[in-house]
Amino acid sequence: MLTSTYYAGQSFLHTTRPLFKVLALFLVCTLLFVFDTWFVLTPICLAVFGLYGIAGIPRSEILLALRPAFWMLLFIFIVQIYFESLQLASFVILRFVTMILAASLLTLTTKTSDLIAALEQFFNRFLPEHIAETISLAFSLCFRFIPLVRQTFDEVTEAQKARGHHKDWRALATPTIIRTLKSADEISQAIIARSVETSHLSAANERRDREHS
Amino acid sequence: MIKIENVGVSKENKTILAAISVTLTEPRIGIIGSNGSGKSTFAKLLNGLERATTGAVFVNDAPIGKNNKTALGKVGFVFQNPDNQIVFPIVVEDLAFGLKKSGLSKQQIQSRITTYLEQFGLRHLLERRTHELSGGEKQLIALIGVLLMEPEIIVLDEPTTLLDLRNRSILLKLLAELPQKLIIVSHDLALMAEMDRLLWIENGNIHQDGSPEAVISAYRQFAESES
Repeated sequence: MLTSTYYAGQSFLHTTRPLFKVLALFLVCTLLFVFDTWFVLTPICLAVFGLYGIAGIPRSEILLALRPAFWMLLFIFIVQIYFESLQLASFVILRFVTMILAASLLTLTTKTSDLIAALEQFFNRFLPEHIAETISLAFSLCFRFIPLVRQTFDEVTEAQKARGHHKDWRALATPTIIRTLKSADEISQAIIARSVETSHLSAANERRDREHS
Repeated sequence: MIKIENVGVSKENKTILAAISVTLTEPRIGIIGSNGSGKSTFAKLLNGLERATTGAVFVNDAPIGKNNKTALGKVGFVFQNPDNQIVFPIVVEDLAFGLKKSGLSKQQIQSRITTYLEQFGLRHLLERRTHELSGGEKQLIALIGVLLMEPEIIVLDEPTTLLDLRNRSILLKLLAELPQKLIIVSHDLALMAEMDRLLWIENGNIHQDGSPEAVISAYRQFAESES
């Protein structure tokens, strides 16, 4: 879900209010978990695929949405077959696929800025403005930086492979985490520099000022 | 005009910048120096991203640091790595980010973004995903994100480091046409040679300050003697 972003279009899905789509997604996922039967899963799954067609989203985007979860789904599938049955394994996987595709449909048909604005509006109803703003900014950063963290991980993997470390998770995780943290530092400075200083960043600056004085 | 009065920066008992005093009036000012010499810290002082431990920084007579928002409005900052500056997944959303709190309406924001992108021949990037842009495109979008805020001064930290030759020349052409005062931190001596004035920062001090020819020549001699 987090790696897919807006796919421009004019369908009713593109024009539906973002908050309504978030609530629909929440409802669909709840239904899928509460009603544990093929009678609920099958029509919802078909409906999700149908909506991809209506929104004019190509099949390649469906595959892109599922690709990051492929290994995890495969693992769950094998474990379910081993402990339960092929039928249950298929059911569990189809349920996950339906939920991932439904979530991707939300991000593919909603501009991130519209989604963030809707979330901010929603949180504003029961949270102070600066907290709602911070939460929505955090969502936005997730959408933007998950692909970047993945790119960092790929670069580190290649560098470690070149040095002969093929399966050393410590050698992969340490530089990835350090590079990500260093980026996070500069990202927070960039957010301040772009005049969108959120209150918690202001507080951090004030703290720094007090320490210096 | 930028006035730096006796400014020092220390972190964890380590002096990053010693007490520096300098007045910057020229339209194009370059800053060079070895890695870790304090030049990025110096650049970040100019818009309040770094706070001076001692002394004060003034931009057009307004003190920087006491009122961060004023500084940020006057001085735009372009970071070395555009990936860390672009915070939204779609170009148009990212460019709108800084403008949202400017009091402009949605239509005015959209119109300003379109005008700037058209001005630089980048209208086709409007709806593109930011993580799919090339390095050069990202650097240009990061710069336009700053230009949209219409700052009086723009500070650029190593703007050409990640660019290929073609994108470097596009960026330099664009920078040459900007009306704003530019302060550029760089190791790119060909770019630095084009400046009106050059500061060489070494070990937290201004080692040399003058014309690009004189400073670059001394810097080259220093680098050769150190290697």
